[in-house]
Amino acid sequence: MNQVKMVPYPSHSIIPERDEGHAVLQARELGIDFGGLTAVDDFTLTIGRTEIAGLIGPNGAGKTTVFNLLTNVYQPTRGSILIDGKNTVGKSTYQVNKLGVARTFQNIRLFANMSVLDNVKTGLHNGIQTSLLSSVLHTPGFKKAEKEANERVMELLDVFHMGYMANYPAGSLPYGAQRRLEIVRALATQPKILLLDEPAAGMNPSETAELMETIHQIRDTFQIAIMLIEHDMNLVMGICEGICVLNYGKIIAKGTPDEIKNNPLVIEAYLGKGKGGNTNAASE
Amino acid sequence: MQSKKTVVSKMITYGMVILAFVIVFALDQSGLISRHMRSMLVPIGINIILAVSLNLTVGFLGELTLGHAGFMSVGAYAGCLFSIYTADLLPLAARFPLAMLLGGIVAAVFGIIIGVPVLRLKGDYLAIVTLAFGEIIRSVIINLNFTGGASGLKGTPQDSTYPITFVVILIMLFVIMNLVESKHGRAITAIRDNRIAAEACGINITYYKLLAFVVAAFFAGVAGVLFGHNYSILTAGTFDYNMSIEILVMVVLGGMGSIRGSIIAATVITILPEALRFLEDYRMLIYAVVLIIVMIVNASPRFTGMRDFLSPKTWIAILTKKNNGKEAA
Repeated sequence: MNQVKMVPYPSHSIIPERDEGHAVLQARELGIDFGGLTAVDDFTLTIGRTEIAGLIGPNGAGKTTVFNLLTNVYQPTRGSILIDGKNTVGKSTYQVNKLGVARTFQNIRLFANMSVLDNVKTGLHNGIQTSLLSSVLHTPGFKKAEKEANERVMELLDVFHMGYMANYPAGSLPYGAQRRLEIVRALATQPKILLLDEPAAGMNPSETAELMETIHQIRDTFQIAIMLIEHDMNLVMGICEGICVLNYGKIIAKGTPDEIKNNPLVIEAYLGKGKGGNTNAASE
Repeated sequence: MQSKKTVVSKMITYGMVILAFVIVFALDQSGLISRHMRSMLVPIGINIILAVSLNLTVGFLGELTLGHAGFMSVGAYAGCLFSIYTADLLPLAARFPLAMLLGGIVAAVFGIIIGVPVLRLKGDYLAIVTLAFGEIIRSVIINLNFTGGASGLKGTPQDSTYPITFVVILIMLFVIMNLVESKHGRAITAIRDNRIAAEACGINITYYKLLAFVVAAFFAGVAGVLFGHNYSILTAGTFDYNMSIEILVMVVLGGMGSIRGSIIAATVITILPEALRFLEDYRMLIYAVVLIIVMIVNASPRFTGMRDFLSPKTWIAILTKKNNGKEAA
């Protein structure tokens, strides 16, 4: 794995530093109401700099809503979010991205009519320093910036073995490659934390295994935190260092994969109340 | 690579416009163009400017706006009034470019004023509100005194010539094609393709929507100034919604997001009603039928397949592929 130079973060240990001083994301008592319905309530979570965190829960538990809150697609009704120590309340989605939050979407959202290269270059948007005037005049400075951007994009694509696809229209890529492209585009925004919304959806077991490899690779290469929503328990239990379980908009458990596997509340949320507790049920 | 292909495509667009101008100019110099044909050259140019600039909002930004004639009229009145008041003060070489610049800027300012509240709307709502804006502008101009009211604005020097229009087209093509091919242009197209994803990529949606809207308004204003300086009387009634829709037809006919398409469509649509004059009473009927046929044919997969095969792009791709093969060997 070659180290990519574009992310200028100091190297942190792979072991997550969970103390608040090193947190990249801190959500405090976050909540949102849609009319009379409380979709998420009292959501408090801290994610360390290079932590891989999982967000799980039954369908409709509010997982994607949490992502939408963290990226300010929805403004929270209550609570606060700190990204790398900066409060994001009242900011727009694009400003939150500038602070270091990038995401992918449950239903893939690529710029389908643009090439793979341009998709990633769009992710690099705030990393390209050209004024409107130099864009219109195509000054030498503009050309230099574009050339650098192309190089950075190719560097990024090569990390994911997608370099040869650079000129394909994004909409024409196979499903798995589209998912990967979304991740590359998100990484191009130089995030401190990457939010992945069901990255393994629609993948077969071998593709999922590859994805797990990729997620580790992203964390190690770019030294960023990753938070993912996923229903595939093999993936979640396999790569997450910390897991947060959501049910009816509330956190019912937080902890390491082993703690979560054996938590009766989690098993109940997934399987309902029963007489005999099958402790391994949540991992199925 | 991608960039080389777009450079070639850009060169074809410039080349096409320049070649058309050279041919027209040569024919004109040798006296082969009738007075009637000659009088159509400036309107063709104006429509090209209008269509390409509207394509920026409709084709690249993906927002349907129907107020283009409104911006055009604002620019036309600003430029014409400027020319009337400075006719004795400034020489033509300074007055006309200044009038165009002023018309463009005034239209752009209106673009900001209208754009800030209106661009929050999407789709049909935006279309209706911009349509209303065009109509409001028209009624306001008719009821003002300094614009000449309903009887029109008289006394504008007739400065518009087809070589000037040609130069303006080149400038506009330069600005819009360069803009589209920059990070700003990518942001605009990204908003069209997926607004939510664009925002998640750190793109300020409001800013870039407004940017596309204002640049389009600016060139509509410039086209308006050319329009105003082409006729002896400028009446607000000209800039009704029919005009906005006709510009939209050009954009749709030429293909959303295709600058070259807009240029060709604008030319065809300007010439068509005149070319069909021999049909007399049936002229507008046939015009409509021709438009319908072109739209249907343009959308048919078999035709687009054939057109792609015939287009220079395909041949360039084939040739460059061959060259790459040679380099590799």
